[in-house]
Amino acid sequence: MLGYIARRIMVMIPTLLAISAITFVIIQLPPGDYLTTLVTELESRGESVDQSRLQFLRETYGLDKPMIEQYFVWLGGMLTGDYGYSFEYNRPVSEVVGDRILLTVVVSFATIIFIWVVSFPIGIYSATHQYSLGDYGLTFLGFLGLATPNFLLALVLLYFANVTFGTSIGGLMDARYMDQPWSMGKIMSVLEHLWIPVIVIGTSGTAGMIRRLRANLLDELHKQYVVTARAKGLSPGRVLVKYPLRMAINPFISDIGNLLPQIVSGAAVVSIVLSLPTTGPMLLDALRSQDMYLAGSFLMFLALLTVVGVFLSDLALAVLDPRIRLEGGATR
Amino acid sequence: MTADRLDHYVSTAPFDAYAVERMSPEQERYYMASQWRMMWWKLKRHRLAVVSGAILAVLYFTTLISEFLSPYGLDSRNIHHIYAPPQSVHLFHEGRFVGPFVYGFDYQLNMDTLQRVYTPNPAKVQPIRFLCRGDAYDFWGMIPMDVHLVCPAEGGTLFLLGTDRLGRDMLSRIIYGTRISLTVGLIGITISFVLGIAIGGVAGYYGGWVDNLTQRFIEVLRSFPELPLWMALSAALPVTWSPILIYFGITLILGLLDWTGLARAVRSKLLALREEDFCTAAQLMGASPQRIIGRHLLPSFMSHLIASATLSIPGMILGETALSFLGLGLRPPITSWGVLLNEAQNINVVALYPWLMLPVVPVIVVVLAFNFLGDGLRDAADPYHR
Repeated sequence: MLGYIARRIMVMIPTLLAISAITFVIIQLPPGDYLTTLVTELESRGESVDQSRLQFLRETYGLDKPMIEQYFVWLGGMLTGDYGYSFEYNRPVSEVVGDRILLTVVVSFATIIFIWVVSFPIGIYSATHQYSLGDYGLTFLGFLGLATPNFLLALVLLYFANVTFGTSIGGLMDARYMDQPWSMGKIMSVLEHLWIPVIVIGTSGTAGMIRRLRANLLDELHKQYVVTARAKGLSPGRVLVKYPLRMAINPFISDIGNLLPQIVSGAAVVSIVLSLPTTGPMLLDALRSQDMYLAGSFLMFLALLTVVGVFLSDLALAVLDPRIRLEGGATR
Repeated sequence: MTADRLDHYVSTAPFDAYAVERMSPEQERYYMASQWRMMWWKLKRHRLAVVSGAILAVLYFTTLISEFLSPYGLDSRNIHHIYAPPQSVHLFHEGRFVGPFVYGFDYQLNMDTLQRVYTPNPAKVQPIRFLCRGDAYDFWGMIPMDVHLVCPAEGGTLFLLGTDRLGRDMLSRIIYGTRISLTVGLIGITISFVLGIAIGGVAGYYGGWVDNLTQRFIEVLRSFPELPLWMALSAALPVTWSPILIYFGITLILGLLDWTGLARAVRSKLLALREEDFCTAAQLMGASPQRIIGRHLLPSFMSHLIASATLSIPGMILGETALSFLGLGLRPPITSWGVLLNEAQNINVVALYPWLMLPVVPVIVVVLAFNFLGDGLRDAADPYHR
């Protein structure tokens, strides 16, 4: 097991390096470097440009050096917790980000839990009642969830929650907890506000998960050993839970690799609509104003989140499923 | 002993050694059918897929004649009808049959809320005209024309889906938007199809380190969450580009990040198929790798590829919609459904002008249709199964 973990981590390092290289290329994509952007912006506001500050920034971030060197400076900064400088906010990125990253993790994690909790019973029902009215209805609902752009769903839900509950559910906590240190009250407030984004982000993932669980379970249900178990006189519920369900439950963990990028994507848009204090809205702002250091570190972080998530899910799968080979050979 | 022997029966009919192999015409039609024909038969049995395919065909056809189908032009403004609600079509006026018509609006400004209030006035019967002259347009941007399928009555209005903040007809804009939204998916998938086959083909055929390298690269690309990456790339498109260039830029971005799934499918199939005898035979005859991949290997699973390509079009359409909704995608005057939804960004719209959210309906319909069609194609792709 330890060897497996070590090997997986060894694979992760080049992956992360490649991701950082791509991110850095994206940061560099807009024409001109960000100091030119900064200067134009300041001049458009009629402010004078402080030459010594420009020089300071240029030296700190090595903008006068060749591209490759800049990349390593940036990468080194990333590793030591210096995420660059946000020109929009005039502060280092690490200060601007605050607990947005933590909240993004919380939202993504809660969404995965939501997807599990919802798709588990529905998937089992759909498989055991194949081609029944309920199966068709639930499948159709799932498809609808897949096809509706979730930003619009968020908007409509926001409206209805406003009308029916009379509460403002935008944001991720009550206004009085903003910029406050973490406390019990703040955590409760976050939990209260969490459900709307979680439902909205979860809809599309849930549909996919239900379909996979249903298909897997159906495959298992048609196998000989199920017939045998039934012929032995086991009760239907026991037959289901004892054997096929255990086999069919794999996608719940193995699919996190596919699910997580999807959730993070969905979360980005939904948080913009619901103005959640997560990475989404800030990423959009950063992109709009071409504040590329900030955008780059968000992108890097989101990719890191998925890579680590997939890593954890692989570990969990290796622990839970004895069929997974730990030794040698291709992992996929 | 010889006495017990039974007589040996010999038929006197002429012997035909091929009798068992001869088939009736129906059998012949069935057994000799080409693979594509069998796929078609199987697809036909999947009714939902056929219906979806028909809907998509109709929608794609409308993109050819958007100008003719829409009652107004893309940017025709009706300054007296800003945020007008949808008008409903009636057939009978006071018990008398008039044919399809709408009631004209009376306009009032609510002085308390400063909201525009439109009330249908039963006195204003405005029959809809068919095949009539209306807003002038350039058909396909070339031929000046002014014939529309339906137009409002002379001096009347026809806002079947309401108007937006500039008094532009939503129905017309949605019809025009179809052209952009549907082609984004098609161009994007073409790019990703070519890339996927080329890269997956090379990786699968050569194997070894080439395969390893592409696999790692695909893994890296896949661990980026799609939408933020799309957002970053489209934000990086230069602001100086014209809207049409942006349009191609966006489709390119969508296609450039989507090929990984197809490439994986191609690779895994090729890895298995290149060990087959027919492949060895082709190699021994001196065929070049391109020819073996293109002529012998790809056609054997082209149907699967088409099915999975169909299933990835909706992702692109949704992606473009989300990008344009956020204001990072297409820019006016290029109009897609996402650009239209960009107007429906805050909660006031939901409360006051819910018809501005209508462009989501075609999005849902198209995404569902592509999903169902793709499912049907996937089932049909292997006609020998079952």
